[in-house]
Amino acid sequence: MRRWSLRRRAAAGLISSFVLQVVPLPAVLGWFRPSFAVIAVLYWSIAAPGWGGVGLGFLMGLALDAYLGVVLGQHALATAFVAYIAIRQHLIIRNKSMFEQTFYIAGLLLLWQIIIWIIDGWTGHALGSWTRLLPIVTGTLLWPFAWEWLGGDLSRSRR
Amino acid sequence: MNSSDASRYLSTRGAPAGLRFVIYAVLALALMYLDQRGRWLESIRYGLQAIAYPIEIALNSPAAAWQWSKEVFEDRAALQAENRELRQRIRELEQLALRRQSLERENAALRAIAKPAVDVVEKYLPAQIIGSEFNSQQQRLTIDRGAVNGVFDRQAVVAAAGVLGQTMRVGPWSSEIILLTDPEHAVPVQILRTGVRTLAVGTGKRDQLTLPFLPLQTDIRQGDRLVTSGLGGVFPAGYPVAIVTKVKRDGGIPLAQVEAQTLARVDRDRIVSLLWFTTDHPAAPVEPGQAQGGDPKAKAIDIKKADASVSSAP
Repeated sequence: MRRWSLRRRAAAGLISSFVLQVVPLPAVLGWFRPSFAVIAVLYWSIAAPGWGGVGLGFLMGLALDAYLGVVLGQHALATAFVAYIAIRQHLIIRNKSMFEQTFYIAGLLLLWQIIIWIIDGWTGHALGSWTRLLPIVTGTLLWPFAWEWLGGDLSRSRR
Repeated sequence: MNSSDASRYLSTRGAPAGLRFVIYAVLALALMYLDQRGRWLESIRYGLQAIAYPIEIALNSPAAAWQWSKEVFEDRAALQAENRELRQRIRELEQLALRRQSLERENAALRAIAKPAVDVVEKYLPAQIIGSEFNSQQQRLTIDRGAVNGVFDRQAVVAAAGVLGQTMRVGPWSSEIILLTDPEHAVPVQILRTGVRTLAVGTGKRDQLTLPFLPLQTDIRQGDRLVTSGLGGVFPAGYPVAIVTKVKRDGGIPLAQVEAQTLARVDRDRIVSLLWFTTDHPAAPVEPGQAQGGDPKAKAIDIKKADASVSSAP
């Protein structure tokens, strides 16, 4: 019963985060769009490392690559990397207060954006402007809400 | 009751995360290498675009539904007003068309071409915008026409007021358009007033182009119209592109800093047109050299006389 609901919630969260990530938005709103997909991957890597993690990050990233039409492997590598760090640190991050958690998340989102940026440079694509940093700000602000919506701290609620 | 089940997910399982990450990282790097170097993944991309098509349609459906309901519930007065406006527009266009006929005759006489001038645009295909990506590194659109409609790579796309961009990555039912404003796009243009040729490069900002290759002393001023020069093999000559909005001359920099605003607006209409050209027309796109060129032309001919040229096509 419970396992099903957890799985269903996970699937729903991941799919809707992907949709939110790619749904067309008016230009200015698009600049502020947080990286929903990465946030969902980070949540599952931190709250349920057995479910989320590197493989989930890789698949989510690959779906983004395919949909956005960028070089295949770009978002996959970046998302797998932040998922790896999240999973290594999940016990630490999970036990921090929400305020402290957001700093970790800001760091991970920045790291993600930097990897994407570096690969853009390697593959000879446009580097864009400082507006690329806006999703990190909005993503960090979204984190506490995303944490609750996606299921909160699973290790506590089960006990 | 099922806490053991839930707790299974609360800690890591299987191979250590470090090892997994290394495997996935190698996989990602290999994918990037293959995608970048060998064009091995072209066919996979084609397949992916086929898969993405229904998703794009679904994601676009709220906007489409909104548009549809707006049309359905539009009241009589508004419709009548629109109708009047459209009639007026048709009258204006008819006048222009009449004038153009005489100009074309005159032009043919001046160029001493015996045969009557044919239109440079042989055929066009309206397409609906079903997706968009606007940010500082990408300015792209997705349209609902693809290879099954005869769309080819690097095909010119125009909107009502001017050139919009060109196709890249044509899927079976959808294709991606790279807009003039994409920072990775440059369009060969000509200043209509003086005839100076240059490149207009995208900025990553909505409707904004920049002309980074003009020397300081170039005769260009605010309000100058830019049209396509016909070089580059994609766009025919003489299509409106943009209007110069800002010219800055700074003694410290040997080049003029020129900004221009595109005439085609994406946000206004949801319909764009794909163009096919008559290749032997004087205004048809000219390919510099003939490296991978030719192919847009070859395919444009294919469509006209399908049977005749299929055998000669590669």
